[in-house]
Amino acid sequence: MPAGPASRVRGIGRYAIIGDCRSAALVSDDGSVDWLCWPRFDSDAVFAALLDAGKGGRFAIRPAGEFRVERAYAPQTNVLLTRFSTPDGSAVLTDFMPVQTEEERARILRPDHELVRILRCDRGEMQFEAVFEPRPRFAQYKVELRDRRNLGVRCHTRDGLLALRSEEPLEPRGDSARAIFTLRAGETRTFAISFEEEGPSVLPALGDDCQAALDHTLRFWRSWASHTVYDGPYRDAVVRSALTLKLLAYAPSGAVVAAPTTSLPERPGGSLNWDYRYCWLRDAALTSRALFGLGHRDEAEAFVSWLLTAASTTWPRVHVLYDVFGRPPPEERELPHLRGYEGARPVRVGNAAKSQLQLDLYGELVGAVRYFVEHGGELDRAARRMLGGLGRSVCEMWRQPDHGIWEERGERKRFTHSRVMCWAALDGLVHLARELRIDLKAPVESFAGYRDLIREEIEELGYSRALRSYTRAFAGADTDASLLLLPWYGYIEASAPRMRSTFERIRRELGLGGVLFKRYEGPLTEGEGAFGICSFWAAECLALGGGTLEEATALFEEALGYANDVGLFAEEIVPETGEALGNFPQAFTHLGVVNAALTLEERRKGSSRPSRAEGAAR
Amino acid sequence: MTLGDNLLPSFAATLVLTAIGAGSQEARLTRMSIPYLLGTIFTPAREKAKLLGFFLHLLNGQIFAFLYMALFDRFGGGGVLRGLFFGCCHALIVLTVVLPLMPGLHPRMASEHSGPVASKRLEPPGPLGLNYGFATPVFVLLGHAVFGAMLGYLYRP
Repeated sequence: MPAGPASRVRGIGRYAIIGDCRSAALVSDDGSVDWLCWPRFDSDAVFAALLDAGKGGRFAIRPAGEFRVERAYAPQTNVLLTRFSTPDGSAVLTDFMPVQTEEERARILRPDHELVRILRCDRGEMQFEAVFEPRPRFAQYKVELRDRRNLGVRCHTRDGLLALRSEEPLEPRGDSARAIFTLRAGETRTFAISFEEEGPSVLPALGDDCQAALDHTLRFWRSWASHTVYDGPYRDAVVRSALTLKLLAYAPSGAVVAAPTTSLPERPGGSLNWDYRYCWLRDAALTSRALFGLGHRDEAEAFVSWLLTAASTTWPRVHVLYDVFGRPPPEERELPHLRGYEGARPVRVGNAAKSQLQLDLYGELVGAVRYFVEHGGELDRAARRMLGGLGRSVCEMWRQPDHGIWEERGERKRFTHSRVMCWAALDGLVHLARELRIDLKAPVESFAGYRDLIREEIEELGYSRALRSYTRAFAGADTDASLLLLPWYGYIEASAPRMRSTFERIRRELGLGGVLFKRYEGPLTEGEGAFGICSFWAAECLALGGGTLEEATALFEEALGYANDVGLFAEEIVPETGEALGNFPQAFTHLGVVNAALTLEERRKGSSRPSRAEGAAR
Repeated sequence: MTLGDNLLPSFAATLVLTAIGAGSQEARLTRMSIPYLLGTIFTPAREKAKLLGFFLHLLNGQIFAFLYMALFDRFGGGGVLRGLFFGCCHALIVLTVVLPLMPGLHPRMASEHSGPVASKRLEPPGPLGLNYGFATPVFVLLGHAVFGAMLGYLYRP
């Protein structure tokens, strides 16, 4: 086996993502596809070396011996270019999952699920090794590879047919296939794997056809990225975040998954390992604002449409998370046969947070719909009726303790953030009814009354005069980074004395040096890293008026520096080393990047978002 | 034999044959899909191909049903056993003759000998349709046996 790259990014940041808006793969900086779930983001993994290097399975292509690596995405695309260099030569590995427009799908019969790797030697001569080790269903079953010559190396699984085709013959031996080969300057080898669930497989053609697929895919991403409406100084970071969000949006429904991975630990070697391959309503308003704000109206509308469909299935209550079709996610279970990322057990699939009560979701949902309507979206009768019903639910439940935005597993509390989000839900509904003339078939006056009552209670019980700060929970003393969002939802102006002092306290008590923040202090957060999005919330809070433009810019720029070499963020960051922690890449953090960049730009240009609240505190 | 009298039984038998095929696919027992193979002869668009193939398959079913009935007429009437026998013969012809010939007939199907190219990349069925899963011959046989048995039972001379 090769000795590996001479220099590498450490931790989960070694990976880059490729995908086709239905599924995604993670490619390591030494050319190994260590994670791939097919046919959907939340399907069982075909390659899961990420969670168990021994058993999980991979598809690796890398030089023999020591080599140096540089990698980048092809500009404005999700096509990954990895350059391997040795004293004898250099080669570029191009990884992508072909994406087709609807028009192309009608014209060209291509595999529904396909991953293509094109290796081209551009200098000297290099020896490579290719290793194909598929382990369908998280390596729970034995597989046998068969070489069907022109039809490729194939493996029948319980889910369908996986086939690898290449100009370079791979020799199957039991459950893996290998090839060692030499490339000279100007030579190319193509490797394409395809997956078919139910019908006769459509097999990948190689050579010019893969080059054509690459050209189509580059064009698709570049065309999409070129429609990103942002001309500020951080365009590269914003476009990378937008492309990542687009990749994580499940095209058939518009849902955006939180991350394409499961069980990457939030605490190194620890047990805070969750399955993030579902869609959290917690991210709804942030997603809606980011997509509309960047001018990606089709994706924004598809997302809100999915949101309304998902919410309607559990109306008048909403659940914490749904799958890409708006259904409840599967029961949480553990996969004890997998070792876990760097030994972090257990590996979990499914998510038990679905049964939690989170009152902030109502505000998120209404916030997302509000952006939709403000951008010209129309609500049908059922959606209007549902929103009215959600308002009634908020009026009934707002005093109940809940699990809060951070989904603490244990005793429910009366979190201030959750109450503020109940306020935001009712304020949004009142705004929809009064300002935007939406007939909600609901008692809007009563909503306004409850909204004011909630505010009174928050100001009385959720703010400590002694500490001069809003507190994590009512009548408590702790603080919480989610309180940085209060101005974002229009509850209070960022420049208001109560908010300024809250910001200072969060910085003092949750700051981890520089621009990093813990989300809160508690048993669950012991040993975990800084929570990535909190830095962007802080930058946005400053940009909204909590500080100067210079302060906000400095914080934002320093936070951007924690992205990996290809511009991707995980959920968390190890403060001491800057390593990424948790599921990767994380839509939540990238939403933070986009929203903070948009707000900074608004501040720079002297414009501001439409007033988010009728009566924000000053 | 009156075609009109036997229209409904032949339609019912074709639907059952289609349902057995779709059910075995849905249960991931085989990836064999005659409607999809038929549809992709005319269009590369998957969804359109499935829909078009479904109607073509229904039409084919009707044509074959009338052929069965002609055979019932010729060989002394219907009956479950005779229908079953014809169905099994039909399945064997499909598995051993029609499927191996498909790469030569289907404009979008790859061949085992030359492999997929840009214009021909649909996986060929292989001997007995085994490329589409080990249980393929079983479900082709089962579907056609039920098709024949139903026609034999419902046949009115």
